[in-house]
Amino acid sequence: MAEVAALEHIEPAAPGGPEVAGRSPWALAGRRLVRNRIAMGGLVLFILIVVVSFAAPLYANHIAHVNPFQNNLNGTTIVNGKKVSLMQQGGGILHLGETPIGPTWDVHHYFLGADQSGRDVAARVLYGGRSSLEVGIGSAVLCCLLATIFALLAGFHGGWIDALFSRMMDVIWAFPVLLLAICVSTVLLNAPNGVSIGPITIQASSLWLPTLIIAFIYLPYVYRPVRGHVLSVSEKEYVEAAIAQGASGWRLVFMEVLPNVITVVIVLLPLIIATTILTEATLSFLSIGVQPPNASWGTVISDGQGLLYTRPWVAIAPGFMIVLTVLALNVFGDGVRDALDPRAKLRVEG
Amino acid sequence: MATFIIRRILQLILVMFVITVVVFMIFFHTPGIDPVRQIAGRNPSAQAVKEIRHQFGLDRPLPVQYVLMMKKIFITRDLVSYSNQGQKIVPEVVAATPATLSLVFGAAVIWVVVSIAMGLAAAVFKGTVIDPLLMILALIGISMPVFWVGELANLITQSRWHDTILFHWVPPLGYTPFVQDPGLWFKGLVIPWITLSILYIGLYARVLRASLLDVQNEDYVRTARAKGLSERRVLLRHTLRTSMITFVSLFGLDFGALVAGSTLVTEVVFGIHGVGFLTWQSIGNLDLPTIMVTVIYGAFFIVLANALVDVGYAWLDPRIRPA
Repeated sequence: MAEVAALEHIEPAAPGGPEVAGRSPWALAGRRLVRNRIAMGGLVLFILIVVVSFAAPLYANHIAHVNPFQNNLNGTTIVNGKKVSLMQQGGGILHLGETPIGPTWDVHHYFLGADQSGRDVAARVLYGGRSSLEVGIGSAVLCCLLATIFALLAGFHGGWIDALFSRMMDVIWAFPVLLLAICVSTVLLNAPNGVSIGPITIQASSLWLPTLIIAFIYLPYVYRPVRGHVLSVSEKEYVEAAIAQGASGWRLVFMEVLPNVITVVIVLLPLIIATTILTEATLSFLSIGVQPPNASWGTVISDGQGLLYTRPWVAIAPGFMIVLTVLALNVFGDGVRDALDPRAKLRVEG
Repeated sequence: MATFIIRRILQLILVMFVITVVVFMIFFHTPGIDPVRQIAGRNPSAQAVKEIRHQFGLDRPLPVQYVLMMKKIFITRDLVSYSNQGQKIVPEVVAATPATLSLVFGAAVIWVVVSIAMGLAAAVFKGTVIDPLLMILALIGISMPVFWVGELANLITQSRWHDTILFHWVPPLGYTPFVQDPGLWFKGLVIPWITLSILYIGLYARVLRASLLDVQNEDYVRTARAKGLSERRVLLRHTLRTSMITFVSLFGLDFGALVAGSTLVTEVVFGIHGVGFLTWQSIGNLDLPTIMVTVIYGAFFIVLANALVDVGYAWLDPRIRPA
């Protein structure tokens, strides 16, 4: 509404004065987004989390001086200037067995304490964030890319291609998201020699496996709205005009249709990333997502499950990072949607 | 209407057929993976491998294998789990269903009541501080991984504050069947219900608020105001009523998805031995036949829920019924 009011109050250009520059819809949307302080806050927070997570090696090597991927049961650290061992006898509530050291709140020495194997939890949360973000962003981008290609082919070509793609998507859609992921993950992760797709072999420990699986299960959630838009845009007068001019199929798809459906994908992307990050966390928590030696936020929470009552920070910290990341993406995604498509009916279901 | 329902049922059968084929293909014909090793679990004996190959007819043509498998699941219901000492899977899944249903029903009651209250409050108080506050809460709700919320809930109610007046009534983790002890059934499920409902409260409050604000400018709402109805009546009888159509159809789908297995992580965190817990145990044991059955079971629930929503929709709104 504020936008309309602002437009109404534009003074007519005085004759001989500077010309009023026209603004493209993209520029208008961009301006709306930049003015949305909450959405920009979300974007800044997300970028901050990405930067911090990708700086994980810097933290591990230069600040904490630890190797978060190596067991360190006999290790020691320094608390209040005194040398203490990482695994403490009779810690925790029951005063039985060995308990890893709790948070020291000292960035140089096991800030968040150690896990069951004596590894630095803070460093693992940072490294885990890197994997989670790589898998989350990678799978969302891949999913949107593939779904857009399929939707363009299906919506523009119609006929049997449309029928084939749409029925395939219907089948994926019919599965409960989590169960389909579990089904595919258990089969692929237990393949003895990795998964071969043509000449490419992916090892079970590779981050590509969860990325591909998650991209696959969310395909229909992007495909369906994009295909709908391709169908409606294809019937617009300007497409007809281009056809009348003798435009080639490629020109029609890339110059006329794609620019007009890409907003749908842009609106969906941040929300899909939020969803894929949550899915990755769930799969990793169930031990069928990111595999050792890699860590992700989900696997760190899973490591922390056994220590929940004695060293709760092992599970709390990575979960907190997930909430911050997903919240930032959701806030930013809402802003993008309001800016590009205020009457949007798009919704991502988890 | 009858033709519509019949068509929908035929469609449903077709989709279910395709789903079983896809699941079968994933488990038995993923390239480069030996299905026998997958069924046999970890470190199978040579004899077990031979037995399985024969029993599942894996030396026979593909359609025969498929038919044999489906016969074991649906007709004779004697598909056995190899990693679990020959336990029959189908009765096991059926036995686990009440726990999952108990969890979903209770959570659904909470999320419907709370999200309607939140959505209404946000729409009514639009322009005040209450609206953005409620929506931020809703947004936080949909941003939290449910298993993490569950762990925090356990940390608070089972350990840190368990001895305080607030949570001393919370029983140890686990599920008590209703027929065994209704009181304990209820007490043990309260925290899981709240945990599971948080995500959906957030989702539905947001959807309802958006839909209420959307409908507010419709002509019939203006008419209702013009004929002198109270604001309260307009809101509850006119605006809310229309907004509930979207709400109800979403509810059908989410309820179906939850019963189908989306409760898995909640069941795992709270030790509720439902279908999701069974699936999770099977992941740990590499018990693929059980996972296959729970996935098929879950997909059927989703397809059924979709069909029910479609029929309900057509019943509510005749324009949707195809001729």
